[in-house]
Amino acid sequence: MFYRENGQFKTNYKSDQQIFAVKQDRIAIIALIAFAFIGVPLLADEYLFRAILVPFLILALAAIGVNILVGYCGQISLGSGAFMAVGAYMAYNVFMRVEDMPLIVALLSGGFFAMLAGIIFGIPSLRVKGLYLAVATLAAQFFFDWLFVRVPWFTLDNPAGIAAVSNLSVFGWQIATPMDKYLFVLGFVVVFALLAKNLVRGPIGREWMAIRDMDVAASVIGIRPMYAKLTAFAVSSFIIGVAGALWAFVHLGSWEPLSFDINRSFQLLFIVIIGGLGSIMGCFFGAAFIVITPIVLNQLLPWIGRLFGVEISTAMVGHAEFMILGTLIVWFLIKEPHGLAKYWSMARHKLRLWPFPH
Amino acid sequence: MGFFLETIIAGLMNGVLYSLVALGFVLIFKASGVFNFAQGAMVLFAALAMARFAEWLPEWLGFESLLLANVLAFAIAAFLMLIFAWAVERFVLRHLVNQEGVVLLMATLGITFFIDGFGQTIFGSDIYVIDLGLPDEPIFILEGLFPGGLLINQDDLVTALMAMAMVALLTLFFQKSGTGRALRAVADDHQAAQSVGIPLGRMWVIVWFMAGLTALVAGMIWGEKMGVQFALTFVALKALPVIILGGLTSVPGAIVAGLIIGVSEQLAEVYIGPMVGGGIQIWFAYVLAMVVLLFRPQGLFGEKIIDRV
Repeated sequence: MFYRENGQFKTNYKSDQQIFAVKQDRIAIIALIAFAFIGVPLLADEYLFRAILVPFLILALAAIGVNILVGYCGQISLGSGAFMAVGAYMAYNVFMRVEDMPLIVALLSGGFFAMLAGIIFGIPSLRVKGLYLAVATLAAQFFFDWLFVRVPWFTLDNPAGIAAVSNLSVFGWQIATPMDKYLFVLGFVVVFALLAKNLVRGPIGREWMAIRDMDVAASVIGIRPMYAKLTAFAVSSFIIGVAGALWAFVHLGSWEPLSFDINRSFQLLFIVIIGGLGSIMGCFFGAAFIVITPIVLNQLLPWIGRLFGVEISTAMVGHAEFMILGTLIVWFLIKEPHGLAKYWSMARHKLRLWPFPH
Repeated sequence: MGFFLETIIAGLMNGVLYSLVALGFVLIFKASGVFNFAQGAMVLFAALAMARFAEWLPEWLGFESLLLANVLAFAIAAFLMLIFAWAVERFVLRHLVNQEGVVLLMATLGITFFIDGFGQTIFGSDIYVIDLGLPDEPIFILEGLFPGGLLINQDDLVTALMAMAMVALLTLFFQKSGTGRALRAVADDHQAAQSVGIPLGRMWVIVWFMAGLTALVAGMIWGEKMGVQFALTFVALKALPVIILGGLTSVPGAIVAGLIIGVSEQLAEVYIGPMVGGGIQIWFAYVLAMVVLLFRPQGLFGEKIIDRV
């Protein structure tokens, strides 16, 4: 069975327009999702869920949001951490202040408020481009940093300024164990990834890509820049907001504004660039890289040190991790500026020819 | 009225320091088209080098003079920044020629991580002291006009003068010397400069070295004020609104915008701050710059962005 489209005839428009046009792709994706839902819970242990899989999934979701803005629409944004914070805090307020609020509705409403924030702070993109816009979005980052610390309403007037949730449940299913959390987040991620994939394949996605490639030409042929840019900000911040709410509710449990500071924004931008701009699959690769590398380094460095008989202190390991991460990022950007998704698409391209040489 | 003037003077002195850090950004952006997010880490690294060598040299070489220790430490730190500039050009910039702005920005972020870890590995991660021997009693001026006079910190005054001297030297270097002319040519148009025979790589090393020098002076001044610690990297984040307000490609813009941001930040913190809960100086500069950008998308002094379709 070769990876080809030969012999797969489409007999109606619906099958022609589907996301995974090649039958092998469809089978592969369904197998992957089935493995994620059924196989992983059987194989993984609690540490894997808590420390690797849940952060990986949530960061990948946030990266999908950032990728829509930066990769598909070309607007550089350094404020993603702030939108995650808005999603988290507003979801928290909706969840706690309204009686019997269903969890999923609270999370989505967090996304809704993040969307509003995104639209407001996306207005400068109508006038400002490129690196100027990047720094202008930092205004959003610092403003929300300050807002959630100084305005007690957001933390329900908690004297310590900490927000915390517990007892999460959906339709009677208690989300308590790490495996439950993993499955809950996986559901969100699968739905949002498919929605995002469909969006960027459709007319609005094409508008975004036209704005990214050459916005003056796009407006000449009739694409409204305001509509395209603001919808990019809106959709992107909605997804980022939901990811932020998930990060706070499911991964952290109790959080403070520092969890969503500028380092988070940089981290998301790294994920998107290393994964590949303009690629939904790339977000997952990038998130995997960013989540796994520090853990690997943490285990590997002391081991290498012991191999050479050198005792490396934990502070040293921390510094060395920074150095190695920085070097890896630079090396990666030199080797493949299009990110890991490019390797993936090269692999698929080679797979189309296999086993023939050309 | 006296208090208002004091606030403005304090803001101006802060502003001069912001201008200094912003200058480093502008120099690199003009000459190599790279938005150097690593400037903050360079400030920290240079300040660490100077602080530690000022501590170690008297021990190793056995002399007592503070002035000599500081001067030697400054020279060594400057030399280290030269090596750093060479290394960045050789291992990073050379391989990323012609990439998009976002990729270069991310590369400088990678450099930031590397420098952070490297500096703390070599020099340690405690808080260190830079002692420049500046007088620190406040002085009172204009006692005739205002009762009690206006309070000015002497060390603030001296550091502001140092920063202004540095800026003046840099401007002179750019305008009058041959290398300065070559750097301006590179900033104008890479290809034209290359076709005239200007070695692009070497120019980039020089410009990163100069940015490293401004980082060293800025690090020395900030380090003296608040101690050499990890928080110094965030000084660079304060310089970002200065550059976008002034325009990414304009040296006078960086200076003027630095003063504007310094003054308005102080005024906002003192007069508007109490109404909204205080601590607004972290975002006020950014919002101010963003609002100005809405009216002048290229900053106050930046060159107009021309799109060719």
